[in-house]
Amino acid sequence: MIPEIGHFALVLAFGVSICLAVFPLYGYLTNQNGFCATAKPLALLQGFALAVSFGVLMYGFLAHDFSVKYVADNSNLDLPWYFRMSAVWGAHEGSLLLWALILAFWGVAVALFSRGIPDHMSALVLSVMGMISVGFLAFMLFTSNPFVRILPFAPGNGADLNPLLQDPGLIFHPPMLYMGYVGLSVAFAFAMASLISGKLDSTWARWSRPWTTVAWAFLTLGIALGSWWAYYELGWGGWWFWDPVENASLIPWLVATALMHSLAVTEKRGLFRSWTLLLAIAAFSLSLLGTFLVRSGVLTSVHAFANDPERGVFILGFLIVVIGGSLTLYAVRASKVSEPGEFGWISRESFLLFNNLMLTVMAVSVLLGTLYPLLVDAVGGGKVSVGPPFFNAVFVPLTAILVSGMAFGPLAKWRQSDDPKLYRPLIVTLIVSVLVGLVWPSVLDGNYSIGTALGVTLALWLAIATGVDFVKKVGLYGGLGATFARVERGMIGMWLAHFGLAVMIFGVVMVENHTEHRDLRMGVGDTQQLGNYDVRMTDLAVINGPNYVADQATFEIYQGETLYKTVTPQKRRYNASGMVMTEAAIDSGFTRDLYIAMGEPLGEGDWAVRLSVKPFVDWIWAGAFLMGLGGFVSITDKRYRKRIKEEKAEAAVEGATA
Amino acid sequence: MNPKRKQRLFIILGLVSGLGVAVGLVMYALSQNINLFFTPTQIAKGEAPSAQMIRVGGMVADGTVDRDPQSLKVAFDVTDFDHNVRVTYEGILPDLFREGQGVVVQGRINQGQFVASEVLAKHDENYMPPEVTEALRQSGKLDQMMGGQKQ
Repeated sequence: MIPEIGHFALVLAFGVSICLAVFPLYGYLTNQNGFCATAKPLALLQGFALAVSFGVLMYGFLAHDFSVKYVADNSNLDLPWYFRMSAVWGAHEGSLLLWALILAFWGVAVALFSRGIPDHMSALVLSVMGMISVGFLAFMLFTSNPFVRILPFAPGNGADLNPLLQDPGLIFHPPMLYMGYVGLSVAFAFAMASLISGKLDSTWARWSRPWTTVAWAFLTLGIALGSWWAYYELGWGGWWFWDPVENASLIPWLVATALMHSLAVTEKRGLFRSWTLLLAIAAFSLSLLGTFLVRSGVLTSVHAFANDPERGVFILGFLIVVIGGSLTLYAVRASKVSEPGEFGWISRESFLLFNNLMLTVMAVSVLLGTLYPLLVDAVGGGKVSVGPPFFNAVFVPLTAILVSGMAFGPLAKWRQSDDPKLYRPLIVTLIVSVLVGLVWPSVLDGNYSIGTALGVTLALWLAIATGVDFVKKVGLYGGLGATFARVERGMIGMWLAHFGLAVMIFGVVMVENHTEHRDLRMGVGDTQQLGNYDVRMTDLAVINGPNYVADQATFEIYQGETLYKTVTPQKRRYNASGMVMTEAAIDSGFTRDLYIAMGEPLGEGDWAVRLSVKPFVDWIWAGAFLMGLGGFVSITDKRYRKRIKEEKAEAAVEGATA
Repeated sequence: MNPKRKQRLFIILGLVSGLGVAVGLVMYALSQNINLFFTPTQIAKGEAPSAQMIRVGGMVADGTVDRDPQSLKVAFDVTDFDHNVRVTYEGILPDLFREGQGVVVQGRINQGQFVASEVLAKHDENYMPPEVTEALRQSGKLDQMMGGQKQ
């Protein structure tokens, strides 16, 4: 009975979303405020219905209701409760429900926090979000219903969650990523609403800017969590594989980053208006494309589920409707956009234009590399694959060019800044960075690496330039202490994010060029050297977990004669599925990770063992965390709240005079 | 031409030429870095180029996995049930590598043997890499495989 409540709530949400898509738009077009006013209550109702639906599915998992096919396929009596909760989004149907729930959640957020926005505008925004919701809920109800039952003969036990997903990383990675993916729909909806209304000045940019920044911050953290999860659970110690599905999240991230920067120009200076609109459409369309690539199984990927092509066709159709519809509207309306104002050749605008150009080129090149196998296959060119060498060859130099612009950009002034004195501190910092960068690789063990020298130079230059900008701006307000509060939060966010990128680049350069890595045959009593450490295998045992049996090796890590640490990597065999999983032992540190993983038994008590030292690997995720943090800090900027009050006051004045 | 139009023209020219160069570089990098896919039958017929990085997909043939007792060297046959290819590899095999499972190997042909630099087995037991499905379909053994799985 209870699963039917969830199913009913899902159908209800579908009905509400149709109303949400239709009524406010109709109200706007026919100028009937009554219809416009339905937008907010409908958005709240949709959020409630989907929350009920989601809650029911989660209850099914917690209560072991194996009569629900989705639960039976993805849970087990022995599965711990926290993994039963995260198992809700562990496979296709449930993760779609999460997608829909988060979309509804963003709708609720827009309904609650849009008091400063004219009612007809928020009604249009919610209506566009309702249209997206209609598509996804129809997709769920007609092709991927999570509440399908196995009756009357429900199985006594479930098939278990894919062991790969039985990990704390999975609890947070998909919701974070979806918050980002789906959050881009808000910027998209704002862009569409301004195109529908024909009110194409820069107000929509001001409204959608904080939403875009939040979505971007979530996307950043979501991707970083995925990378971290892959590092310790999946990838034998790699942190990025240029897997199609990773690319599918990176492409919208690149476009969203470009959007965030061009929104700044549109809001502050009223320029780049039509370009910003196009980016907002592209960012969300590409996140839909990502969903299509993951869900349809057209690409070979660790994320691909075994599933039927019907779903792929549905999403492809939806994709065509969304992209085709929004681009058509853009084509009709965008020609009316005026671009007032000018800017100098060297100004903040020109650097942000450069930023947008680089990020777009990066996004396009990743997209080309990802879709190339599909294109070749479609024209009958056979099966091909595009590997990491391609992406590294294209992406790394583009990043280097982008970063060199990032050092200058924040120092430049709006409109015009021909004053070369402005850039004098950067020349000094560049010289310092080059010197340190050139010396750095020679203090490391092993061969001198040009790549490291260049990478460290860039990272250092970006970090110092960001610091210079910080000192100059804080200095403008006179002294540190009290002034910090007076600096715009948006500025603080930018510094954090740019500094975070410098930290991340340093980590990437070090890991990629200086990882020490050995695959060995080891038995109990064997000792091997690993960096400055000696690693000895001292024991092999069989351990019983809640739903798996594991071979566990004990390694003692010695630093000289003293015991530094004892670690226990495992090779697990999950009972229900029979799947084998590797649990690596990782000793994390500020300057390096020690990584020990068991490969496979080789007979006579010996195991294949992977030993690695990964220098500064945690800096990659620390940098990403700083970037995400920067996003969250910048939306606390008080001008976003102040402006709402001001606008209300203005509206009141206008109302009085009218 | 007024300065604003001139600036816009330069920006557009810059954008177009920048994108053109980027797309050119991307296409060049693609032509250098794509890996063509071959089935075991195609390799047995000598259709695959040697000394070039390629991919081969199929099933790991039963009873063909040989390990070297001293090192991490391993050899096995990849089959599409028409022809087999002998694959050698040194390193740790993925967790889901097993006889009778679908696998994709990447590497080069060297004196009749396939020397793999990477072995990919997928992380979901029911999931078959599209390349493997394709290889089995071409050899006409896909239905037989699927039938076998159901029993």
